[in-house]
Amino acid sequence: MAEQSYTEQEFKVVGSRVRRPDGVDKVTGRARYGADAFAPGQLVGRILRSPHAHAKIKKIDISRAEKMKGVKAVITCDDLPDLTGGRGPNFDILVNCMARGTALYHGHAVAAVAAVDEPTARKALKAIKVEYKALPHVTDVDAAMAEDAPIVQPGVEHDGKPSNIVNVSQFGHGDVDAGFAEADVIIEKSYRTEQTHQGYIEPHACLASVGPDGDGELWVTTQGHFTFRNVCAQLLGMDIAKLKVTSSEIGGGFGGKTHVWMEPVALALSRKANRPVKLVMGRDEVFMGSGPTCSTSMDVKIGAKRDGTITAGQATLRYQDGPFPGPWGMLGAMTSWACYDLPNVQAVAYDVLVNRPKVAAYRAPSAPMAAFAVESTMDLVAAEIGMDPVDFRLQNVAKEGSKAAYGPTYGPIGIEATLRAVKNHPHMKAKLGKNQGRGMACGFWFNFGGQTCTDLNIGVDGTVNLTMGTVDVGGARASMSLIAAEELGIPYEKVKCNVGDTSSLGHNDTTEGSRGTFSSGMATIFAARAAIDVLKARAALMWEIDVDDIEWKDGAAHAKGIEHSNLAPLTLAEIAKKSPQTGGPIAGHNEVVADGAGVSFASHICDVEVDPETGKTKILRYTVVQDAGKAIHPDYVEGQFQGAAAQGIGWALNEEYVYGEDGRLQNPSFLDYRIPVCSDLPFIDTEILEIPNPNHPYGIRGVGETSIVPPLAAIAGAVSNAVGVRLDHTPMSPPRVLKAIREANGR
Amino acid sequence: MNGVQVSTTVNGDVEEFVCHPGETLLEVLRNRLGLTGAKEGCGTGDCGACSVIVDGQLVCSCLVLGAEVEGRKVATVEGLADGNRLHPLQDKFLEHAALQCGICTPGFLVAAKALLDDNPDPTEEEIRYALAGNLCRCTGYDKIVRAVDAAAAELRKSSKKKASGRKK
Repeated sequence: MAEQSYTEQEFKVVGSRVRRPDGVDKVTGRARYGADAFAPGQLVGRILRSPHAHAKIKKIDISRAEKMKGVKAVITCDDLPDLTGGRGPNFDILVNCMARGTALYHGHAVAAVAAVDEPTARKALKAIKVEYKALPHVTDVDAAMAEDAPIVQPGVEHDGKPSNIVNVSQFGHGDVDAGFAEADVIIEKSYRTEQTHQGYIEPHACLASVGPDGDGELWVTTQGHFTFRNVCAQLLGMDIAKLKVTSSEIGGGFGGKTHVWMEPVALALSRKANRPVKLVMGRDEVFMGSGPTCSTSMDVKIGAKRDGTITAGQATLRYQDGPFPGPWGMLGAMTSWACYDLPNVQAVAYDVLVNRPKVAAYRAPSAPMAAFAVESTMDLVAAEIGMDPVDFRLQNVAKEGSKAAYGPTYGPIGIEATLRAVKNHPHMKAKLGKNQGRGMACGFWFNFGGQTCTDLNIGVDGTVNLTMGTVDVGGARASMSLIAAEELGIPYEKVKCNVGDTSSLGHNDTTEGSRGTFSSGMATIFAARAAIDVLKARAALMWEIDVDDIEWKDGAAHAKGIEHSNLAPLTLAEIAKKSPQTGGPIAGHNEVVADGAGVSFASHICDVEVDPETGKTKILRYTVVQDAGKAIHPDYVEGQFQGAAAQGIGWALNEEYVYGEDGRLQNPSFLDYRIPVCSDLPFIDTEILEIPNPNHPYGIRGVGETSIVPPLAAIAGAVSNAVGVRLDHTPMSPPRVLKAIREANGR
Repeated sequence: MNGVQVSTTVNGDVEEFVCHPGETLLEVLRNRLGLTGAKEGCGTGDCGACSVIVDGQLVCSCLVLGAEVEGRKVATVEGLADGNRLHPLQDKFLEHAALQCGICTPGFLVAAKALLDDNPDPTEEEIRYALAGNLCRCTGYDKIVRAVDAAAAELRKSSKKKASGRKK
């Protein structure tokens, strides 16, 4: 679409570091998050969860709990009948939010209560008697693929036999066997990554209210209130239009709040009790019952000529999805080789079911693990042929016109530019001391556009209300206000951006795939342009001239031509003031499927020091270089780079789900699942590159996800260089590093 | 309810409430006093999102019982600004874009306030260790540390001004 394409332009306000419009509320404690809502007569909801990794639920006796004073509703799966058309779309969400006959993992919801207060709700949970019959379980991805593995979901077959393998995906081109035959050097290595959680500080929380008329309201911390509405309405048998969902301020999501976890339970409790129900997860429930990413087991093989040309690359990836099929292995396979232009390449991925929580998207989902395996192997090949790792990558780097292993042919992309920036960065030349090492790695993410709907309304005083439908997860209202101000030609302070609820706008896809600024930015530009058309028409009426003789610039209508030289420009505020007399309110609206999200690349550099006595790794210095297309608000672009890198650092060094032999999660707390704290990290340097996305009017690419992809491999390279032995298993926690050092020393 | 009657001071105002013996200060602040600035991120004292200051001491309000604040002085994020003038910490957090989602921000502001009350000129390392009990998942802490450093400088400047004003 021509009007969507990028044109080079001078920006007046876009690119400036303004204060965010929601900032004061957030530093004064006034901002209302998921758990901060209150409704008259509200009840406290609590969920009973399975203590078993895998068990038949023989009987649930809720009679005692129901009779308790102060208990207003108790529900089981019987209160959530299958309305998906018989195991239809979203049946997995229904099963996950309330077990149906079988508990599929430790922490699987089996019943729920609503009571007048927290102590009563807790007592009521204890009064529910569940009779389980424990079943054999499996939590490890490789064990789950073994022939004699316990079957997680009966009915799943692979090669004609019952299996936990739910999906096999393959991507690539050329002939890898022929490629390996041409190689001078072939390196093949296996890797593992443990399961990590998004770790948002705000637990899942919602306030649900359903009346006897079947109408409902849901206040919820979510990345996608329109999607939540559609899913909840379907599962509860409600009309979509009669369920109003409001997204609260969101205390972090990173993909984990794109998924519906417990909201149907809150709605069902409210419907049964005929009272509002507030349902908030505890931190242990967040770990046990929501959103971790996959653990993986991977093999990567790369063949290259002595001159540094890669002749073939092959990856076999095994991703565990929890008990429900997901696209996770497929995404790993698609992203694995995306940084390189390879003649012969193949990625095969297995999605495997295990008795762990349902896997959710986590920031560039599936890409960090595949990059860990591929980038680590890239380092090994570079070392084997005696080439600098950056030069080796540059020699094989994907460019405009390269055919990606996952299918498409690239337009203008930034991977080469990030690598050159890394090569020339002072960080790359800094001296290292004893027990210190440096690593670097690259990363890729697709980015996404999707359905978007935005409203722009101009007040009689010339100020602007912008209502967007994507959730503001970290500064988007500032970016949207900048974009609206830029298009209209008015000061940033004259725009007020809000996130609309589901009754105020058409459908907006979930804020995922780094799509918020890309897609709502596009819709904001078009909504502003639609409003400008109205403003010009009103100016034409006021001047009594033809609208074609009017152009819009610098926030005002200008009459063109010598014959109109007596007409002074009419500002937006002047036109708005007269709007009651010239045809009423002035507004612009846009709905769009925002196609053309530009792919994004990053390259990172990391220095570490490893204590050889304890195996503890300290990050000394970290540099992120990423292509943003166009940075609308550079502070928040840098913030995305830094936050993504920090999550990658946690994944690389500390974070992991630890399961016991009994299949129970051993560490569902922030004490035992340790995310990086302030004293663990240095300042994280950032360099924003701007290689415009030709498919967006401002050249925007998504920026939120890509920089979680390189850290695992960059840190593995740094640690390996520091200790002289290759680390191939994340997290590289002190015991694992010590073990690797000792094994290398023959101890 | 077998309630405990408590009289305390919150952000300078006398507050009286009745709570369950097992109810935490965080629950009291949020559910009884309507002060939802302090957040529950974990309920086990691991994340610092519920940080408040009791009699000058930084605490996780999820680990303090409501009944324990009888006769004491509680300071929360809601009391940080001076009337409608933001505290320099709040101002610098906005200037430096030190928040993304903002759920941890009240806890960080309170913890940083406790640090600067005690040590007006902290080094980067001292800031990092003082804030190590507060988890942030969005920012990588970079801009938070810079904001606290800038606020400390601002506070030193204004206290110097006050001091020299007194001399005259």
